[in-house]
Amino acid sequence: MDLSSINPVVLIASLMVASTPILLAALGEMVVEKSGVLNLGVEGMMIVGAICGFAIAVETGSPTMGFVAAALGSALLSMIFAVLTQLFLSNQVATGLALTLFGLGLSSLLGQGYVGIKPPSTPKMDLGPLSDLPVLGRILFSHDLVVYFSLALVLAVWAFLKFTRAGLILRAVGESHDAAHALGYKVVAIRFAAIGFGGACAGLGGAYLSLVRVPQWTEGMTAGAGWIALAIVVFASWRAGRILLGAYLFGGVTVLQLNLQAAGAAIPVEYLSMSPYLITILVLVIMSSSRGRASLAAPASLGRSFHASS
Amino acid sequence: MTRGPDARIGGDLLTIEGLTKAYPGVVANDDVSFTIRQGEVHALLGENGAGKSTLVKMIYGLVRPDAGRMTLRGTGYAPATPHEARGSGVAMVFQHFSLFEALDVAENVALGMENPPAMGQLAARIREVSEAYGLPLDPLRLVGDLSAGERQRVEIVRCLLQDPKLLIMDEPTSVLTPQEVGILFETLRKLASEGTAILYISHKLEEIRTLCDTATILRLGKKVATCDPRETSARQMAELMVGQTLQTPTRDAGTPGAVVLALKDLSVRSSNPFGTTLKKVTVEVRAGEVLGIGGVAGNGQDELLAALSGEARAPSGAVSLNGTAIGHLGPNARRSLGVLTAPEERLGHAAAPDMSLTENALLTGAIRENLVSSGFLKWRATEDFAKRIITAFDVRTPGPGHAARSLSGGNLQKFVIGREILQRPTVLVVNQPTWGVDAAAAAAIRQAILDLAEGGAAVIVISQDLDELMEVSDRFAALNEGRLSEPRPAKGLTVDEIGLMMGGAHDMEVAHVAE
Repeated sequence: MDLSSINPVVLIASLMVASTPILLAALGEMVVEKSGVLNLGVEGMMIVGAICGFAIAVETGSPTMGFVAAALGSALLSMIFAVLTQLFLSNQVATGLALTLFGLGLSSLLGQGYVGIKPPSTPKMDLGPLSDLPVLGRILFSHDLVVYFSLALVLAVWAFLKFTRAGLILRAVGESHDAAHALGYKVVAIRFAAIGFGGACAGLGGAYLSLVRVPQWTEGMTAGAGWIALAIVVFASWRAGRILLGAYLFGGVTVLQLNLQAAGAAIPVEYLSMSPYLITILVLVIMSSSRGRASLAAPASLGRSFHASS
Repeated sequence: MTRGPDARIGGDLLTIEGLTKAYPGVVANDDVSFTIRQGEVHALLGENGAGKSTLVKMIYGLVRPDAGRMTLRGTGYAPATPHEARGSGVAMVFQHFSLFEALDVAENVALGMENPPAMGQLAARIREVSEAYGLPLDPLRLVGDLSAGERQRVEIVRCLLQDPKLLIMDEPTSVLTPQEVGILFETLRKLASEGTAILYISHKLEEIRTLCDTATILRLGKKVATCDPRETSARQMAELMVGQTLQTPTRDAGTPGAVVLALKDLSVRSSNPFGTTLKKVTVEVRAGEVLGIGGVAGNGQDELLAALSGEARAPSGAVSLNGTAIGHLGPNARRSLGVLTAPEERLGHAAAPDMSLTENALLTGAIRENLVSSGFLKWRATEDFAKRIITAFDVRTPGPGHAARSLSGGNLQKFVIGREILQRPTVLVVNQPTWGVDAAAAAAIRQAILDLAEGGAAVIVISQDLDELMEVSDRFAALNEGRLSEPRPAKGLTVDEIGLMMGGAHDMEVAHVAE
C-alpha cells in the first residue's frame, strides 16, 4: 500500500464536495421533522432532483438552470407527500417509503435518454487572490457556488430556528400541533411549507450528485445517500451544527476509503465501502448517547397526523 | 379586592345574542344569549357536553357560529381566528394547557402573543408581571420541568401580558392543590378589581359560589338560567345543570370488619423514568371500609395502583390479603384471589380502545367469571357478562359488539368500574373513578362504590377530586412524593388540614416568596 499517494489537501477539498449532497438533504429533512413531519422519501426526492437537474442542465446548457429545476422538481414531488399526509391524513411512514419507490421509478423513466452524456460543467466561484493562498486556498476557496450555498444554509437554518418568530412557530407546531392549533397557528399550511423546503433541499443535493460530484446520470445513482441523510438528522439530535458534522464525517470517510482503495490497501473493498455508513452512525450514536436528554430532542409530534377537531 | 362587587362591575363588555352552532348529529349551542360586564367574574356552568367549550371557542375565534352575533364594547365582534380575538382583547387559558414542553417559558409566552417584544425584554416583562400578581416564574426554564400549577401560571401570565379586557378560563382548578386554588382566586379577584372581565368555566359549584358574581348555566346546548351564585345553593345549581333531582350517594355507616388488605413498608421504584418512587407506604384497609387517597397528580398514584394490581411486583410481605403475603404475585394471581383494580386511563390501560366491549369484558373477567375453558374462549358467556355490565350500570351503547373507543368517557368509565364490581371483589382499587364524567354518571359510580363497601368489600379510591373523596371515604390519606400520610377519619377534616396532608404548604412558600 502506498499511503504517500494520498494528498491531504486534495482529500479535504474533495471531502467538501462529497459531503454537500447529504448535507443539503439532511438540512432540508431536519426542517421538515422540526415541523413534526417524518418524510422518509428523501432518497426518492434526491434522485428525482438528480435527473431533473441533469436533464435541464443538458438541455439548456446552464448548470444554474439545472439546480433551479432540481429544486422545483423535488419540491413538486414532495407536494404529493404533503397532500397525502396533511390533507388525506395518510400514514407518514408508508407514504414516505412509497415516495422513495416512486421517485426511483420516475427518475429512471425520465433519465432514459440521458445515460452516458456529460453535463455542462459547473463553474468554480471566482474568489480572486483567496484561491491562490497556499493549502487554504485549495481547501476552502476553490469550490463551486453550491458548496458555499450549503454552508450558508446551515447557518441560515440554525439562525432561523433559534432567533426568528417564524422559526419558533415552526418548532411549536412540531412540538404540539394541538396546542399550536389552539393558539391559532395554521398547522397544515406551516407543514406544507416545511415539506416543500425539505423537497427543494433534497433536490439540490441530488442535482449536485449528477452535475458535480459524479458527474453523469446513472440509474439509482444516489445509492442510499437519502437514507444516510435521514439517519444523520436523528443522530444529530435535530441540530444544524451537528448535521454539518455528520455530513462531513460521512463525506470524509467516503473520500478516504476511495483513496485507500486506490492506494491498494490490504482491507477488502467491501469493508471499505461499508465503512462510511458504519463510522458515521457509530460516531453520532456515541455523541447523542452521552447526553441524557438527547432522546428528548425529537419533536414531540413527529410522525403524528394532525386533524383539527373543530 | 376590598371594594364590593358592585363598585367594580361596570358597563356591558361582551353581549352574546342567539349564538348557535351545530355539528352533524348534535346541536352544540342553541340560541345562547347572555352578557358579560366589565370587572365581572362570570361563571359558565354545565355538564360535559353541555356546550361550554364550543361557546368559548366561538368567543376565542376557534369556531365560527352558524347563527347569532356578538358585540364587544359596543361594536360587532366576529373573530375568524384566535389572532383576531387576541387583537380585540380576549385571552384564554385552556383546560388542557396549550403549552409546548420542549420550549422555555419565554418562548411559550411569545407564541401566545400577537406582537411579542424581543426575547430579552420579554423575559424581563414576564418576571415583572408574574411578581406583580404573585405568580413567580423563571422565564428561562423549560415548561416540561414545571409542575401543573406552574404551567398554569405560564398560561395566565401569557394572557396578562396582553392586557386582556376579557379573560376566559376553562376549568382552571382541576389540577391544583387547595392552596394553589387560593392563590389563583386572589389573582383573579385582583384582575377583576382592575376592570378585567373573567369568564370562568367550571363544574365545581362551591368554587363558583366563592368567586363568581354571575353564573350562566347551560344544559344540552341551551341556556337554562342566569343566577347569582352567592344567593343560589350549590344543590339548586347542580339540579339546573343536570335537569333532574340529584341523588347524593348515601349508605348506612356500618362498623368496619377485619383487616383485609395490609401494606407494610411498600417501596416500589417507578417503571417510568419521570415517575415517582413509592416510599414505605404502610396502611390497612378493613372489610366494608372505603379508604380515600388524595394528592396532586404525579405523587405516586399510578405507581400505587400498579403495586396493588400486581403490574409492579413488591417484596412478598409488603402486600398481604387476609394475612397471606401476595406482594410477589402478578395481576392474574391477584385477580383470582379477589384483588381487582380499575386504573385511571380509560383508553389504553383500563380498556383496549379498538376492541369490542365483549372482548374488553373478557380481558379482566376471564378468570373470576370463568370465561375460558382449556384455552378456548367462551364467547357466549363473555357476551352475557358484557351485557350484564351494560344493563346493571346503565352503559349507553348500541350493544356489546361496539369498540370501547366509540363510548363517551362517562359511559366507558361506568363499564370499566362495573366490570370489576360485578366480579365481586374482596378488594377494589380505583384510580380517578369519575374523572371527566358528568355529574349524573359520577353519582351513579360513587353509589356503586359505596354499595360494594356496604356489601363487605375493602375499597381504595384514589382521586384528585377532594369533594368526591369526602363524599365516599371513611378514612382519608394523602400521597405526597411517593409517601402516604397517616390515614385520618374523613368526617370533620377541613380543607386546610387536607391541604397540609397533600404537601400544599410547601407550594404556598414557592408561590409567595420571590424565587
